[in-house]
Amino acid sequence: MITLVRRPTPSQFWSYATPLLAVIATMIAGGILFAILGKHPVEAIRVIFWDPLFGGNASYFRGQLLVKAGPLILIACGLAVGFRAGIWNIGAEGQYIMGALFSAWLALKMYPAESHWLFPAMIVLGALGGFLWAMIPAVLKVLFGTSEILVSLMLVYVAENLLAYMAFGPLKNPEGFGFPGSRNLQDYPSAFNHELIEGTGMHWGVVAALIAVIFSYGLMHRHITGFRIRVAGEAPRAARFAGVIPARLVMLGLGMGGAFAGLAGMFEVSGPSGQITDSFNVGYGFTAIIVAFLGRLHPIGILLAGLLMALTYIGGDMAQLMLGLPSAAIQVFQGMLLFFLLAFDVLTNFRIRFGRVAA
Amino acid sequence: MTELLKIEGLTKAYPGVVANDGVGFSVRPGEVHALLGENGAGKSTLVKMIYGLVKPDSGTMHFAGQSFAPADPRAARAAGVAMVFQHFSLFEALNVAENVALGMENPPPMRQLAKRIREISTAYGLPLDPARLVGDLSAGERQRVEIVRCLLQDPKLLIMDEPTSVLTPQEVEILFHTLRKLSAEGTAILYISHKLEEIRTLCEGATILRAGKVVASCNPREKTARELAELMVGAELKVTDRAERKLGDVVLKVSGLSLAPLSQFGPSLKDLSLELRAGEVLGIGGVAGNGQEELLATLSGERPSAPGTVSLMGEDISGLGPNGRRAKGLLAAPEERLGHAAVPAMSLTENAILTGTMRKPLTRNGFVDQGAAKTFADEIIQAFDVRTPGSHVAARALSGGNLQKYVIGREVLQNPAVLVVNQPTWGVDAAAAASIRQALLDLAAKGAAVIAISQDLDELMEISDRFSALNEGRLSASRPTQGLTIEEIGMMLGGAHGMQEAAV
Ligand SMILES: Nc1ncnc2c1ncn2[C@@H]1O[C@H](COP(=O)(O)OP(=O)(O)OP(=O)(O)O)[C@@H](O)[C@H]1O
Ligand SMILES: [Mg+2]
Repeated sequence: MITLVRRPTPSQFWSYATPLLAVIATMIAGGILFAILGKHPVEAIRVIFWDPLFGGNASYFRGQLLVKAGPLILIACGLAVGFRAGIWNIGAEGQYIMGALFSAWLALKMYPAESHWLFPAMIVLGALGGFLWAMIPAVLKVLFGTSEILVSLMLVYVAENLLAYMAFGPLKNPEGFGFPGSRNLQDYPSAFNHELIEGTGMHWGVVAALIAVIFSYGLMHRHITGFRIRVAGEAPRAARFAGVIPARLVMLGLGMGGAFAGLAGMFEVSGPSGQITDSFNVGYGFTAIIVAFLGRLHPIGILLAGLLMALTYIGGDMAQLMLGLPSAAIQVFQGMLLFFLLAFDVLTNFRIRFGRVAA
Repeated sequence: MTELLKIEGLTKAYPGVVANDGVGFSVRPGEVHALLGENGAGKSTLVKMIYGLVKPDSGTMHFAGQSFAPADPRAARAAGVAMVFQHFSLFEALNVAENVALGMENPPPMRQLAKRIREISTAYGLPLDPARLVGDLSAGERQRVEIVRCLLQDPKLLIMDEPTSVLTPQEVEILFHTLRKLSAEGTAILYISHKLEEIRTLCEGATILRAGKVVASCNPREKTARELAELMVGAELKVTDRAERKLGDVVLKVSGLSLAPLSQFGPSLKDLSLELRAGEVLGIGGVAGNGQEELLATLSGERPSAPGTVSLMGEDISGLGPNGRRAKGLLAAPEERLGHAAVPAMSLTENAILTGTMRKPLTRNGFVDQGAAKTFADEIIQAFDVRTPGSHVAARALSGGNLQKYVIGREVLQNPAVLVVNQPTWGVDAAAAASIRQALLDLAAKGAAVIAISQDLDELMEISDRFSALNEGRLSASRPTQGLTIEEIGMMLGGAHGMQEAAV
């Protein structure tokens, strides 16, 4: 018989080891999945995890790694703040879109005037867009006790429709020969979030992600505010006793997530994507939820998890291309990562005993 | 067969502590047997092993002549062991019968069950209406639900872990009546309590634990409470000494305070007024659930009240939150240790930060100073004799009484101007309780004002200068403790719930 015995203090060792274990288990289970699909499992895993880093075209893919990891890390850092407090913002995807829309709107309004102030102003507007969008579930929760999970998620669909409307309507490129989508900001020097070091994929958004990691480490693990946020997630009554005001906590938790997601949207639309189109968002806001948990809601963990997730994205694309794996199989593969992580998490708080202890 | 339960060499170690070390004792059928020991002596661990909740590392148990090693509580129940925990595990929104059914493996149809509950509860002098919502019951009545739930299984051994800490003296009387009746019918009872006088009236055998080992067994009736306490501690007991205190100006003034209930089933506070002088201890008696929690929450600032209702040293603080009040010197220690006064999963150091940042330099520019926090936590552990491997240990790994000492110590060491405590010695052993009371008295002697909310009248008589009763959200006018008789206190308390029907 297997029994679970609760640990008096959560295990430090396992809280670090479970993410690794989850990655290994995902590789094994993923390998089996690929084998069932008739692909060579070892080769598939190699294509996903190895080739983008060390394979033939690695120099190109390594750049892509940062481009993809940047927004994931940035968004996840913001989400982790809320998650720690027990506030479940599932709508980062919508906040990401709004950040992009706000900042692109400003840039397109200013076009073609060149100014050093434009890019910083776009950053502010991007954060503001995401923040305001996140304030909708926050205010509703505070005033009426609605579930932030449902409201933030529903607002993703609203944001997507708004995005499509903007891409086909007000923000459409007047010189675009009728094609949907805005002007490309890559052709607008003042607004372009260009690569900082040629060929590395390093752009301002990646810098922002690194700053976010450092900032949220300081906030969550060094500052008293982060301490109170963690208390609120662990024991709400103790948090009130420690002086936490629940309404402010909801605002802060959702607001940080929204602002960071909005920033990510801004850096994306002004850089790698360049354009507002109806297919601008590719799910970073949702994947960032996995990244946040895979990283144990810890900034350093999120940094590593973001890189890993980006790798499975790129590797997954390659596997689709080179091995003809269906994209659904890749998504299952990514989902497994979260699944195994949550399953192995049991080890952090519980000890597993096999058999009956002789009395 | 003379022994119902026989335990030999039972050992259980946790990281850093041996909770039980070769424990052996036995209980005869029908015997009421006490387990005594300081906080952290290993009493709860021991009974949890008998009930199948914790597995021993080594040692043997025999129950009713057979080797006994329950894998889980269900196996223990099947063998005839029942247990009433200190913390109730009841659902407030369900009625009595539904709650009882939830704890049974194969509950009979509701109607039949309700009938059985009525029969059993009246037979044992614990009247219960199966259709009442648990949320509407007093603590004593809730405990009856737990006991009746056990009795329905017809146990041979009934374990009770600190059952009376939440009861009024009258409710304790009723409980003892029931236990004596059970014992007369042959049910053995294993009884854990820190209230030594109770043990002397109820139990015929006692096993005394110290640091996980059996250090003595005796007939508690042949010992004085003091002797028992000294056996537990292994040293002589100090009596609290009440230094002459000079009363200062009024520091805390509450007037016309009314408040809606905290929860659906809680009481509301009705037009409360009180005045507290520096150097004074005000004791507030009454059964828990009559507004004690609510009163603490409004004084601590968790539930701010209408303007002008609470003032500290002449300043209206009704609108301030907990930290604002801490900064001004008003501190509080709530009754519920786990999840309110302390965060169970966090370390003692982190729990020091929980309330300590306003009055201790634990932060610099808002950033936590881990070193200072650890020093403060160690200071509390040292000064209040908290038994634990260190300040890195999670709060939930401490025994109940030790965590209580930590929580009280954390507030006392912050030099409050006014300290409000609720059930300050709840679940704390005699020696530690005495030291907590002494700490409160010392605090008052230094010029702080203290409000002690407690159900333990002896405690309040021992430490307070004035006494008030809180009943159904109303606070009686206060009276000087000196010369107050038990009858007068009884009048002030206005009678316990359900007493008339219960006096079978
Ligand atoms: N789950 C656990 N993990 C680690 N240590 C534990 C655990 N449970 C109890 N202990 C430790 O074992 C010792 C005995 O604890 P136990 O709860 O049995 O004491 P107790 O006699 O019931 O005390 P109290 O009167 O305060 O309730 C204590 O030192 C406690 O810290
Ligand atoms: Mg105990």
